[in-house]
Amino acid sequence: MATVGQSESPDAGVIEGARRRDFIHVAAVSWAGIGVGAIGLPLINQMSASADVLALASIEVDVSSIQTGQAIKTSWRKQPIFIRNLTPVEIADANKVDVATLRDPQTLAERTKAGKENWLITLGVCTHLGCVPLGAAEGEVRGDFGGYFCPCHGSHYDTAARIRKGPAPANLAVPEYEFTSDTVVKIG
Amino acid sequence: MSFSWAKQYQPTSAFGQWVDERLPLPRFVYNAVGAGYPAPRNLNYFWNFGFLAGAALMIQIITGIVLAMHYAANSGIAFDSVEHIMRDVNSGWLIRYVHANGASMFFIVVYIHIFRGLYFGSYKAPREMLWLLGVVIFLLMMATAFMGYVLVWGQMSFWGAQVITGFFSALPLVGEPIRQWLLGGFAPDDATLNRFFSLHYLLPFVILGVIILHVWALHIPGSNNPTGVNVKSEQDTVPFHPYYTAKDSFGFAIFLIVFAALVFFAPNILGHADNYIPANPLSTPAHIVPEWYFWPFYAILRAFTVDFLWIPAKLWGVLAMFASILLLFFLPWLDRSPVRSGTYRPMFKIFFWILMVDILILAVCGMKPAEEPWVRLGQLAAAYYFAHFLIILPIISKIEKPLPLPNSITESVLGGNNTVGALAGNAA
Repeated sequence: MATVGQSESPDAGVIEGARRRDFIHVAAVSWAGIGVGAIGLPLINQMSASADVLALASIEVDVSSIQTGQAIKTSWRKQPIFIRNLTPVEIADANKVDVATLRDPQTLAERTKAGKENWLITLGVCTHLGCVPLGAAEGEVRGDFGGYFCPCHGSHYDTAARIRKGPAPANLAVPEYEFTSDTVVKIG
Repeated sequence: MSFSWAKQYQPTSAFGQWVDERLPLPRFVYNAVGAGYPAPRNLNYFWNFGFLAGAALMIQIITGIVLAMHYAANSGIAFDSVEHIMRDVNSGWLIRYVHANGASMFFIVVYIHIFRGLYFGSYKAPREMLWLLGVVIFLLMMATAFMGYVLVWGQMSFWGAQVITGFFSALPLVGEPIRQWLLGGFAPDDATLNRFFSLHYLLPFVILGVIILHVWALHIPGSNNPTGVNVKSEQDTVPFHPYYTAKDSFGFAIFLIVFAALVFFAPNILGHADNYIPANPLSTPAHIVPEWYFWPFYAILRAFTVDFLWIPAKLWGVLAMFASILLLFFLPWLDRSPVRSGTYRPMFKIFFWILMVDILILAVCGMKPAEEPWVRLGQLAAAYYFAHFLIILPIISKIEKPLPLPNSITESVLGGNNTVGALAGNAA
């Protein structure tokens, strides 16, 4: 378009108003832009999670075999999930804490379902840089606050999996879940 | 390298000036496809197809890079990963159909580009190197297209790989070892699939490199034109931009309309239903046939049905098929007529169109099963194909009396046909 408006243009002398050729240029470039967008969108969107990945987005877990004080690790959307059956002592410990002093203030009740406060279900992904914290399996270090401990950069989580010490900015995330029966929980 | 009247690049801003002194890339573009490249003023729409071929290659590269993000080159899951692309990946169906039909569109525009060169004598001096590089690109395209077709790992993919690598087993003594070396085994399998994927990803970039040489070789003499008469003065040319950028854009829009019609309304019309059956090394499809762009060559391959001169029919077929393409390397020296454009060559023009029909017949014979009358027809058509280049062209370039050429491109554009111009000898 740079060379348009030279002597070959029959109406180059017209100063006022849009020329026919200006309209053609704007229309053509706009239409080409829409075309590029229409082609570009699928080329970008193809990298989003595909249908088969999204199809695995929710799982059901039978928690009946988890004894009080025990925890299991399972996998949801290719990420570890911790399901812990809290002991009364652990629940009491968690409720003792003044929420206002926490980095990411949340009560245990806010992180569990009503009537199922002993079931702490969190992602096993440290909110610092994504390592899997220790503490879910038997015999693993559970950190200074008796919950989880991330060995990568030393984040300590308490019995409600809230961040208490170390670099992590937030509590272990609680996924969307619901109990479909007394013993079966549907995550996602 | 360009004409003396080519416009010089003038940076329009201080920043442009700064860049130009350090990395004159805008200047390079300006001289290559901008106002600094004068092109003959009479180029018709057949001159769109070089640009279209480049555009088709870019579409193949972009969609191919995307498909490689989702494809798995493993004989156990290759076919499933293609179905995964078709069903699960966001817009995967669109991207794969664009890539699969893009190969056909690429060959369509390249064939028109080649036939344009044949008719208007674009292979003749001083453009021989341009032509030779074009044949190299064509060979690379064929290899790339074949290997890409194998990646789908359907029945046609598998048996195509079996048949094409079988060509090499026709060579005496070394044939079977070469075939096993190419396949990495005794039949197409994981090793074959992995190397084909690697090469299918590599070759388009090799093609891109040869295209740069092709365009470089084009810019030395500049474009040929429908009269075949050399550019003589500034009035014979117009700047590439905006004249041919606009003309190419229009052609590109038409190209995209046809392409989109194919992708959205008939995406499988050029494919084979058998290739939606997973590869089965124990069962050959009843009718093996390559993609349409290989049909004429497939017909030449099958044209030899009996042993002849102590050479087995199988080897004859393979040699003839390769020769039919390698022949094009010698074309600039087979056609000795100094007149380029077929428009001014009454005999050449007739035989050119006979050749087009002959290639069409070869294509039909290549598509049909190996039974009469297609075998005999294919043999005749194959013989004529070679006769055209090896016998007819050299003879007519000697005996033909060309029509009077216009004195200049400008005269042919503005003067009509009433001007009697110079004869053949002045063309080159």
